[in-house]
Amino acid sequence: MTDTLLSVENVAVELPTPRGNLRAVDHVNLTVGAGRTLGVVGESGCGKTMLSRAILQLLPKKAKLSGRVMFDGLDLVQLSPEKLRKLRGRSLAVVFQDPMTSLNPVLTIGTQLIETLQEHLELDQAAATRRSVELLAAVGIPAPEQRLKQYPHQLSGGMRQRVAIAIALSCEPKLLIADEPTTALDVTIQAQILDLLAREQRRRHMAMILITHDLGVVAGRTDEVAVMYAGRVVERAPTPALFKKMRMPYTEALLAALPRIDAAPHTPLPAISGRPPDPTRPLKGCSFSPRCRYAVARCHSEKPDLAQAGTAEHQYACFHPIENHADASA
Amino acid sequence: MATLELTIEQDASALPARRGRRLGPLFWFAIGWMTLMFAVAIFADVLPLPSPTDMDMLERRAPFSMEHWLGTDGLGRDELARLIYGARISLVVGICAPVIGLSIGGALGMLAGYFRGRFESLVVGSMDVLLAFPPLILALAVTAFLGQSIFYLTCILGVLGVPAFMRVARASTLTLARREFVIAAQALGATHSRILLRELLPNVLLPLLAFFLLGVAVTIVVEGALSFLGLGVPPPISSWGSMIGEGRESLEVAPRLAFLPAIAMFLTVLSFNLVGDTLRALTDPRQGAL
Amino acid sequence: MMQQSASQNPLLDVDNLVVEYPVGARTVHAVSGVSLQIARGETLGLVGESGCGKSTLGRAVLQLRRPTSGKVLFDGHDLTAMQGDTLRLMRRRVQLIFQDPIASLNPRRRIGDIVAEPLVISGVTDPTKRKQLVDEVLSAVGLDPALVVGRLPHEFSGGQCQRICIARALVLNPEFIICDEPVSALDVSIRAQILNLLEEMKARYGLTLLFIAHDLAVVKAVSDRVAVMYLGRLCEVGPSEQLFARPAHPYTALLIEAIPVPDPDVRPTETVPVGEPPSPIAPPSGCRFRTRCPRADAQCRDVMPELRAVAPGQFAACHHPLI
Repeated sequence: MTDTLLSVENVAVELPTPRGNLRAVDHVNLTVGAGRTLGVVGESGCGKTMLSRAILQLLPKKAKLSGRVMFDGLDLVQLSPEKLRKLRGRSLAVVFQDPMTSLNPVLTIGTQLIETLQEHLELDQAAATRRSVELLAAVGIPAPEQRLKQYPHQLSGGMRQRVAIAIALSCEPKLLIADEPTTALDVTIQAQILDLLAREQRRRHMAMILITHDLGVVAGRTDEVAVMYAGRVVERAPTPALFKKMRMPYTEALLAALPRIDAAPHTPLPAISGRPPDPTRPLKGCSFSPRCRYAVARCHSEKPDLAQAGTAEHQYACFHPIENHADASA
Repeated sequence: MATLELTIEQDASALPARRGRRLGPLFWFAIGWMTLMFAVAIFADVLPLPSPTDMDMLERRAPFSMEHWLGTDGLGRDELARLIYGARISLVVGICAPVIGLSIGGALGMLAGYFRGRFESLVVGSMDVLLAFPPLILALAVTAFLGQSIFYLTCILGVLGVPAFMRVARASTLTLARREFVIAAQALGATHSRILLRELLPNVLLPLLAFFLLGVAVTIVVEGALSFLGLGVPPPISSWGSMIGEGRESLEVAPRLAFLPAIAMFLTVLSFNLVGDTLRALTDPRQGAL
Repeated sequence: MMQQSASQNPLLDVDNLVVEYPVGARTVHAVSGVSLQIARGETLGLVGESGCGKSTLGRAVLQLRRPTSGKVLFDGHDLTAMQGDTLRLMRRRVQLIFQDPIASLNPRRRIGDIVAEPLVISGVTDPTKRKQLVDEVLSAVGLDPALVVGRLPHEFSGGQCQRICIARALVLNPEFIICDEPVSALDVSIRAQILNLLEEMKARYGLTLLFIAHDLAVVKAVSDRVAVMYLGRLCEVGPSEQLFARPAHPYTALLIEAIPVPDPDVRPTETVPVGEPPSPIAPPSGCRFRTRCPRADAQCRDVMPELRAVAPGQFAACHHPLI
């Protein structure tokens, strides 16, 4: 068993809104081992982005955070802003969804890269420039020396995202959080970027959290997957087990609702009826129960906790997991 | 079947903008003062006041008394009555002039932002020319040519306000005209006038109105300045500006003659500013969330 | 002109459409000579990545963006030659659904007014009749009219707004609807709902659809035939099953391979880095895909390939097709 690099313990994030307290993240427990990839899957509003912000301690000012985030032995929640700043960018790196807004539009690529290197690794200008060129080449950007002088808007979306990854990887982080890194990109570029991330991760023995709404993205590229719904982790399992032996009806429904390339045209899709719940008005029972086809009375009145399936690594939060039904998946 | 529930505010970090929503005591004070000013301006004639033009040479610069609540000015005229009639002038000019700006500037701005091309260049160019005119000199020139009157004053100030309204309307229209609901209307076969009136106008109106209130505040001050210089409303009509001007002579003996109209103007302008700001804060976050 | 569909009398006939527009001193070649036909009752899926010109094509068909050259024949009438009122009358038969459902609705108007707008524009003056038609179409898309009609768009979710947009598109009983990325902005679970709804409405109202999207699986799920577009030109056109089972054009194959499959046993093949799509301002000579194609040669650089039959009903614009 690899050592645990990151341990999210009972983290909850609450945001006050004019309509009441919004429970964005509701007591989440997660671990990521060194060199392993965790996929966090969920639709919009499920809390996955807030969770990543909570880990990075980059929550909006009004947010209330409870719980612990243990990273490499330190509790990030208790750490001083100064120590956090040193950690971020160095051991803990992020790649965001939209590279146009995550890169500073008025600074050249070179400046942004070199700044990061100088700040964290204290390299001089020449060394930092050399390293920047190396990094850009490593992420697959042609003619890296010329690119250093260019501005973000002069590059395509895929290129910008590569630059963002280069900046994130520049200081050899131990953990990389990729928050929907390919959602804004075309499918052919998406594959290239995901390959790049996987390659760099293997080379550097880096841990990675891949946050996405696309189950296809996590299928071939993660070791473990956590499915989030309405602020909670509702199922967590090693990737093959999640797809083959899923327990949570939401996971099953999510998978079934995806149009498949191998299905015949005009096959009606088994859609999930209804919509995700309003986070300012949490339900008494299981958050998925209004939309779940297996729900019974108990599901509406009690909230299920993460229980364990056959192995300790596979957890789910459901009173009637799928194995109990006749139509269990293979 | 989709059950109807109100939506989730996806971005809860839009919270700081909502602070303007809480209408504090300052806002209500502003509303109260504006209401008071409007009320006295409208009902000035039926209020039990002495006439603002009656000169009582024996009671010049008289202090506060039962007969003259706020005393009399340098020519024995009742101060309170003059203040109230002054409110009327300030509000009439202060509102009518920006209305001219709003209607002409707003229309031009919307048309320029919607149709673009040469028409837009023409409009923006002519507005730039207008903006280049020093406003006070222009007012002076018109007064010299056509004589002093409230009507000419209002027209001049109105015309001078047109470029600013044009810009606000054009900026709003430029962003909105690109939004998909406008293209959807075009795809439905709506005529240009229908799109302008039914799709664009309701969205452009709120920022324009917020700007309008600020325009009222500015106009009151400008009118006050012109009247102070003797270029505004002709005597014997009292305006707060001319009252301040006249009160200059009595600063040592009866400073209230200058300060009372100044305070009245200050409070009125402040109130319009506050309400205008609040209106702008109220309309912006909702537009942003969309 | 290639007859791509079996029908002799297509509802929509796009003939060599070109859309170019200036950007500063240069020209963007958004659509460079696209021809396609759509038969009555058919759904044609148009797929391609960003910058390929598919949205521009959709708008150009409706004359919301006037094409630089080419013809668009709708039921025999040439839309490119129409202006003013004639064009506006035609618009009632062809409707458009957009990608961003919330931005497609006027934030200051009530849903009832928004859905009734097409009726008002086309001269239905009786308010009771309008209300009846609006209620009917809102129920058809799965919304309760009583709960919906008096509200503003920001009170609804993306999926509900898209239903409202679909209702607005259907209220005039059009014959043809262009769906421009209608589900891309929606969550996965809502996507399936809306796709099912579109199929249902198509059957109920007897519609013909042009379904534009970048997600191949989504396009395949709803289309009878699929057209693949790259940098302003069509690469391949053919029946859905056939095209995905045996793609003829290398770009189609690349797209299919790049789709992430939600099956952990399918290890994603390490993609050969094929670079980025070139810019539509300076498209490559000859075949536009040649800069990323492993099969490209001198002929691809010198001669622009035209669509030609590679299998029954399947056409590809390639000098070295895969089949």
